[in-house]
Amino acid sequence: MDAFIHQVLSGLATGGIYASLALALVMIYQVTRLVNFAQGEMAMFSTYIAWSLINAGMGYWPAFLLTVLFAFAVGVVIERVVIRPVENAPVLAIVVVFIALLVILNSATGWIYSYTIKTFPSPFPKEPLFGNKYMSSHELGAIGVTLVVLVLLYVFFRFTPLGLAMRAVAQNPESSRLVGIRVGWMLALGWGLAAAVGAVAGMMIAPIVYLDPNMMGGILLYAFAAALLGGIDSPGGAVIGGFAVGVLENVLGAYVIGNDLKLSVALGLIIGVLLVRPSGLFGKVNVSRV
Amino acid sequence: MALLEAKGLRASYGPTRVLHGIDFAIDEGSITAVLGANGAGKTTTLRALCGMVKTEGDVRFGGARIDGRLTEDIVRLGIAHVPDGRGTFVNLTTEENLRLGAYTRKDRAAVESDLARIFAYFPRLKERRRQQAGTLSGGEQQMLAVSRALMLRPKLLLLDEPSFGLAPLLVRELFEIMRTVNQRERVSILLVEQNAAMALALANRAYLIETGRVVLSGAADEIRRDDAVRRSYLGY
Repeated sequence: MDAFIHQVLSGLATGGIYASLALALVMIYQVTRLVNFAQGEMAMFSTYIAWSLINAGMGYWPAFLLTVLFAFAVGVVIERVVIRPVENAPVLAIVVVFIALLVILNSATGWIYSYTIKTFPSPFPKEPLFGNKYMSSHELGAIGVTLVVLVLLYVFFRFTPLGLAMRAVAQNPESSRLVGIRVGWMLALGWGLAAAVGAVAGMMIAPIVYLDPNMMGGILLYAFAAALLGGIDSPGGAVIGGFAVGVLENVLGAYVIGNDLKLSVALGLIIGVLLVRPSGLFGKVNVSRV
Repeated sequence: MALLEAKGLRASYGPTRVLHGIDFAIDEGSITAVLGANGAGKTTTLRALCGMVKTEGDVRFGGARIDGRLTEDIVRLGIAHVPDGRGTFVNLTTEENLRLGAYTRKDRAAVESDLARIFAYFPRLKERRRQQAGTLSGGEQQMLAVSRALMLRPKLLLLDEPSFGLAPLLVRELFEIMRTVNQRERVSILLVEQNAAMALALANRAYLIETGRVVLSGAADEIRRDDAVRRSYLGY
């Protein structure tokens, strides 16, 4: 029983990280109606920046903060410079741009930092917190960090005028312009926020999966499964989906299909959701009157 | 001086030209009606003023050129547009919709008092302030659209078919509120309407558009007496 509880709880820890990344996917999906395949590589690149800062002697939390700001800026720049020119291009063209971003970030990182696997520090103590025997302190800490991020995002979107404007742009860009919202900047801000959230996810998962340019490949698949499970246009659904996928992956991996086949859980979920309930658990079902 | 003046305004959707050089002026504090049949270019005229379609020609607002500028910048000059189809933010609450109308304003206290004033004009919206705007009835959404535009405290209000889909009683109420807004708050109004009789009763000036050209313009009283207008648009 202890082992089972342990599997569930550590599933929640990785699930929180999937939830963050899924949320980043949903934030960009809501404004572009497309899944940003480069989301994981953007997070991976930011995590390498954090690694550089820490190796240069900076403390963990200052490096963490600086990395989040850096990721935000990179997100804004990518939207302005790379995405903006193809805004009205056909879907496939934009997908190709996303994939190009993925490949470029991946190989640039490999070129700069080499493909050697590196360890990434955890800011949390080695001994388990509060004397619990089920979760490492990093797992507990990662859940804490994830929850803080989620609460901050919720407060931002729910209670600030800027957050309201971003929600408005996501559902009706034309009406947003008619109340004077600078839609282009809101899109850039959305990319910045998504990249910042992704960077946090990267820094939280790196101590578990280690740092290498391909570290986010699997994580992005889980996040994508989480976003689909929750409903690709539902931020709350993405969060719940993230935790659900984390637990499912861990428990199935430990007891049913073994650790080597864990990734197929994500693929199975993606296919299952698309077959049975394409709008996800909490997504909007598009119905139109004819 | 005219508050808004358009000269040789042309507009196209892709290769199809819809407006072929329209001239008109809106006097400060006036109500101007644009009449015309379906497809004449009334909605496009409003969209052209707000930079929502590709245009050529010269448009001045308060003396400054606004043609070719971004919609959001034109709005910030004080032009509020109630679009065709109402433009409701369906997943946001009624109150959030209204607050978005005041998005560009910095005078917070005045925004709160304007919100209270809107709720006094439209008590239904107050009852439904926490409700998702998409669940409002068509009439309520039309009132919400007009209210959202008023929250900008515009100098000029562009209204695209405000009576569309409303019960006759509501139409009368809405026109009454437009008159009040115009007289008490000195908001100039450009009104596009199918309901020509009501529009002409409210307006000071009117323009008649046919296939993208102004074919008749003048004081609303004169237009109402014009035989051709009476037969084609007033139906008696």
